[in-house]
Amino acid sequence: MAIWLTENSKIIVQGMTGSEGTKHTKRMVASGSQVVGGVNPRKAGTTVDVDGIQVPVFATVAEAIKETGADVSVAFVPPAFAKGAVLEAVDASIPLCVVITEGIPVHDSAAFYQHAVNAGTTRIIGPNCPGLISPGKSNAGIIPADITKAGRIGLVSKSGTLTYQMMYELRDIGFSTAVGIGGDPVIGTTHIDCLAAFEADAETDAIVMIGEIGGDAEERAAAYIKDNVRKPVVGYVAGFTAPEGKTMGHAGAIVSGSSGTAQAKQDALEAVGVKVGRTPSATAQLMREIMTAR
Amino acid sequence: MDLFEYQARDLFEKHDVPVLGGAVAETPEEARAAAERLLPEGGGKVVVKAQVKVGGRGKAGGVKLASSVEEAEQVASQILGMDIKGHTVHRVMIAPAAAIEEEYYFSVLLDRANRTYLAMASREGGMEIEQLAVEKPEALARVAVDALEGIDVVLAREIAVAGGFPADVVDQVAAAIVKLWGVFVAEDATLVEVNPLVKTADGRIVALDGKVTLDGNADFRQPEHPGLEDEFSADPLEAQAKAKDLNYVKLDGAVGIIGNGAGLVMSTLDVVAYAGEEHGGVKPANFLDIGGGASAEVMANGLEIILGDPDVKSVFVNVFGGITACDEVANGIVQAFGLLQDRGDEISHPLVVRLDGNNAEEGRRILTEAALPLLEQVDTMDGAAARAAELAAK
Repeated sequence: MAIWLTENSKIIVQGMTGSEGTKHTKRMVASGSQVVGGVNPRKAGTTVDVDGIQVPVFATVAEAIKETGADVSVAFVPPAFAKGAVLEAVDASIPLCVVITEGIPVHDSAAFYQHAVNAGTTRIIGPNCPGLISPGKSNAGIIPADITKAGRIGLVSKSGTLTYQMMYELRDIGFSTAVGIGGDPVIGTTHIDCLAAFEADAETDAIVMIGEIGGDAEERAAAYIKDNVRKPVVGYVAGFTAPEGKTMGHAGAIVSGSSGTAQAKQDALEAVGVKVGRTPSATAQLMREIMTAR
Repeated sequence: MDLFEYQARDLFEKHDVPVLGGAVAETPEEARAAAERLLPEGGGKVVVKAQVKVGGRGKAGGVKLASSVEEAEQVASQILGMDIKGHTVHRVMIAPAAAIEEEYYFSVLLDRANRTYLAMASREGGMEIEQLAVEKPEALARVAVDALEGIDVVLAREIAVAGGFPADVVDQVAAAIVKLWGVFVAEDATLVEVNPLVKTADGRIVALDGKVTLDGNADFRQPEHPGLEDEFSADPLEAQAKAKDLNYVKLDGAVGIIGNGAGLVMSTLDVVAYAGEEHGGVKPANFLDIGGGASAEVMANGLEIILGDPDVKSVFVNVFGGITACDEVANGIVQAFGLLQDRGDEISHPLVVRLDGNNAEEGRRILTEAALPLLEQVDTMDGAAARAAELAAK
């Protein structure tokens, strides 16, 4: 199973002809993903050489779906064009749209998120995220595939590199799916969405949840865990030393007044029985204990 | 980016929100000249207001009334240079005095939890909104705004009615709300707050004090926004880093930090602070994310910024090799040392490097063979943090 992304997923890349798009298309294919096409209206009818395989470029997402049966789109388009690209993917009713692009104005993200909610046919992951990977099955985004293996831990994280760090620390145990949901203020898929999917996934035994300062997503995830999640959850929160009012890299990572602090998030998670590690390796150790005791 | 009151006023005026006149001054002489222009509009009185991005300036003595150009100049000279909750006053705004009959509250902001916008309105304005929300939650209306539909005059009226505005001002308030929504959209704002929105003695609705937060991600289509940055607030190192496109935040500790990825760097700061507890309370000196690529030039630029911080006593380079493998990162560090030497910079502090992830062993071998001065390697993040803290405490 894994969540949202399996060996049967057929991926198209919006912005495949750009340098980032081409580079990561190659990486996705190398890690076993079925990349069936790309989208660029100005280069429709051409192909992109992905290590010897000619991947076709289509004019629109709708056409790409019709020709290939694609059910996942990964978007690498620049910020100024990202809104249009996501709206197009939603209008073509693609089931999953993974938005890697960093630096999208939040008004644009709020608009395409609302559009997806209204349409009801597309899950958006991101923006400003590394995507998701079901190791050994498929990889949609920029997560390095060779730092871990397939297993039965589910991982959800706002941060890309902390995702990689955790995947690497637990590489001997392995992951069902790891999802980088992104660090922007408005994101399409939340911790809660991932927790719900992992709870329902027969191939996931336990869940690592990585959060960071800003907003109250972790607090709401804690409330959700209390009522809905029976699988063990281990947590980590970054940003204890972040000063108030300074944005730490991610547009959403900012402590304003008493809200969004790392301590508040840790307290909320611990209050519902989630074990929270003090460092990434301590967190990995907590998960290791859970998985080896099974 | 948060704007000053005078910048918010200017934006409101640009988008036809009803405001009073106003001018900003950095010297008492400028304040005098502004008062001369604005005294007639204020019926012979002007208000001199400290421009700081913190609440409670009135109580701190940062808002004063003046009845003549001389008095405006004198009051401005008192307020300029004042310290309000750690913020130095570099500018004052001169505004005509208003005959206020009633004070209301309105804001529209990004609602992260619901991934849409939220309008808030109350007929009880003037006090801090946090206080109002706690003391009189029933007086504060919260109305969700659909990101695609926005606020038209019908919704604006609903907001005004929900906020309990008197019937005789609802139409005028609704018109102002539609204009304020226009500011929110046209300027890519994440917050537009008016507190107070006032009814003047002659029955006009005026936005008397405003707070606006702009989305930096929209700078590519908002060419005027970068010019609104406060040149006084930027730390010189932060300004230098920004010019080199580095994501850097100055902190007050002694361990310089370089890492790849915002989350990992945030985590590195925490791990260093924990390790510092064992070494006399040593803390991280900065946040610096060099991103996924970590090329030699970016690494050199990062090291240059950090070594330029006089508070730094040791440096911790924490890289997880993901997309960029560790051997490339190691080569980047070796080349960065060369680049820094070419620029005449000296590596004057011990450097602890932790490389993990893709090709970690090869990366470590490259660094070992390069035998760079003052550089040592530790294999784990926790161990490297402890070593960097120990070196900074020496």
